[in-house]
Amino acid sequence: MKTKELIQILTEASGVSGHEEEVAGVIEGYLKEFCDELKRDALGNIIALKKGTKGNSKVMLAAHMDEIGLMVKDIDENGFVRFTNIGGVDQRTLLCQEVIIHGKEKVYGIIGVKPPHLTTAEERGKALTIEELMIDTGYRQEELKDLISVGDVVTIKRNLISLKNDWISGKALDDRVGVAVLYACLKELQDVNHQADVYCVATVQEEMGTRGAVTSTYGIDPDIGIAIDVGFGRTPELSQYLTIELDKGPAFTTGPNIHPAVFDSLKTVAKDNYISYQVEIATGSTGTDAWPMQITNAGVATGVISIPLRYMHTSVETISISDIEKSGKLLAKYIMSLNDKNMEEFLCY
Amino acid sequence: MLLEKLVNASGVSGNEKEVRKIILEELKGYVDEIKVDRMGNIIAKKNGKKDQPHVVLAAHMDEVGLMVKGIDSAGLIKFAPVGGVDARILVSKVVFVGPDKVPGVIGAKAIHMQKPEERKKALSIDDLYIDIGCKKQEETEKYVSVGDYIVFDGRYTEFGKNRVKAKALDDRVGCAIMIDILKMDLPVTVTGTFTVQEEIGLRGAAVAANQVNADLAIILEGTTCSDVSDVEPHLQVTELDKGPAISLMDNTSIYNRKWVDSLVRTAKENNIPWQYRRTTFGGNDAGRFHLAKSGTPCVSLAVACRYIHSPVSVMSKDDFKNTKELVIKYLEKMSKGGLL
Repeated sequence: MKTKELIQILTEASGVSGHEEEVAGVIEGYLKEFCDELKRDALGNIIALKKGTKGNSKVMLAAHMDEIGLMVKDIDENGFVRFTNIGGVDQRTLLCQEVIIHGKEKVYGIIGVKPPHLTTAEERGKALTIEELMIDTGYRQEELKDLISVGDVVTIKRNLISLKNDWISGKALDDRVGVAVLYACLKELQDVNHQADVYCVATVQEEMGTRGAVTSTYGIDPDIGIAIDVGFGRTPELSQYLTIELDKGPAFTTGPNIHPAVFDSLKTVAKDNYISYQVEIATGSTGTDAWPMQITNAGVATGVISIPLRYMHTSVETISISDIEKSGKLLAKYIMSLNDKNMEEFLCY
Repeated sequence: MLLEKLVNASGVSGNEKEVRKIILEELKGYVDEIKVDRMGNIIAKKNGKKDQPHVVLAAHMDEVGLMVKGIDSAGLIKFAPVGGVDARILVSKVVFVGPDKVPGVIGAKAIHMQKPEERKKALSIDDLYIDIGCKKQEETEKYVSVGDYIVFDGRYTEFGKNRVKAKALDDRVGCAIMIDILKMDLPVTVTGTFTVQEEIGLRGAAVAANQVNADLAIILEGTTCSDVSDVEPHLQVTELDKGPAISLMDNTSIYNRKWVDSLVRTAKENNIPWQYRRTTFGGNDAGRFHLAKSGTPCVSLAVACRYIHSPVSVMSKDDFKNTKELVIKYLEKMSKGGLL
């Protein structure tokens, strides 16, 4: 399966934090093919184990499958649906979006906007707040109440589109592209020898405070844990020092959330395999699953790989396919590089 | 379906070619005379019986959109609005650029990188740009030129019980109704004028109106509607499902009450739901027709469109049907005499 097709299927599936069932089903179908054991933990994390030849160490790769979204708060007497956000939604990105309400059935709707005759120039300079917005489904209240209810989640309806240079744009690329990297890595590992057991985890509820990583890491108790997430792609309005560039390969994070040996060895593997990479820093939390992962049990040696992504948390998140493919390959090579390594020695400060 | 084909076509003011082509194709064999004038308006005449009145129908082909203003060194496209576009609706959207419809996206700074006060301020057109996936100016220039027109991604979608969502319902609804009518056997002589550049100041109608001599002009529009919660009834202007919206006055013309009343009477006689357009805001091609030459009386009927001038305007299929029905009944009544 081509990377682009996979990402299309993954991003068009729905999986708002805490409501990952639909996308989880899709992901299981793909990971199953390349792993020895597959299970879900109590929070809903998908854990796919590919056994190593020796099983002398455990490496956990985590990418979150949840996405930001909305939740139905009220269906008013005129049939308009009021909502709140789940995760970091920029209210300014919601106007005139097509949405899907995940009720008893999927109900299509539109987030409308006041027409120009009702808005002053001054008003148009202000962002509308989420409380002022509503979804128009074309149904009356009594009709709608049979289809949806308070608490249903809502996703933006967006099909993945192809841009030039094998760049793609859509919703929920944060972090379904990470899941695509897991898939690419497992595929690379099919025909090679690796000694370490590899746990590929599609985590839940990352957008609500990296919660899925808390329980999945505890359950696995890995030696090394690497989070694969997205990083801020460079655009002119953002500082070059806070961003990474599309098409320049995965970025490796360094800082207190990262084990120095993991960071260094990722760089070495990239160099040895002629894979281009970038470096980003995090002086505190990386804002990824690696944050809780690091302090699980007696501590885990963590790393973070970021895929450069523009317009994060909009419905037109943009990435380059080449960065995904490079990251999958890099991770596979990294796992192979652990062969015959004494973990205690390797991870010793 | 005709309306679907029309709304999916691109026709930002000054670039109505695609829409024009569909209309010319549709009308082939159904009218007695047809021409495209210097501005790009289509003028199509269908003769009725001798001594019958001559009525002009008018709908505009153009839609609001954007135009490429420049390409920056990072290969990103800066743009300007064509017609009335609220910049706030552009954020986080897909657009198509230029004649090849190159897909592009209008993104926004990640919420994580924004200061809290930034989130309360709307982004302006100057803050926004289109990303087509090129990293350098020279690369983007291979696909896009300054002056290229940009359209919203706003394909026709049916939803709810009788709703249609699309871009450009204003005024492809008028075009679709007019095409349907011109395809019928008509009791009166009808000239259909499909105008250009309405959205930037009724430019096409200015010259279309000078080329016809009619007893009455009927303007067919898609008009503003805000019958949603939190908007007081007196500010809603029109309501969905309440039938054609008949104009009394707007910024470009005052409609002669005699004609307005005759239209309302026709609706009542035929049990067709109708409503007044309850604002003086806005304008339409009547502004040109009523002043052209030595003057032509005008009436205006519109299909109510929520979220007008956006990629997701919404109408009721029943309103579309009833608007068309009222025009047909009105023409029939006129042919029987007594109206003019």
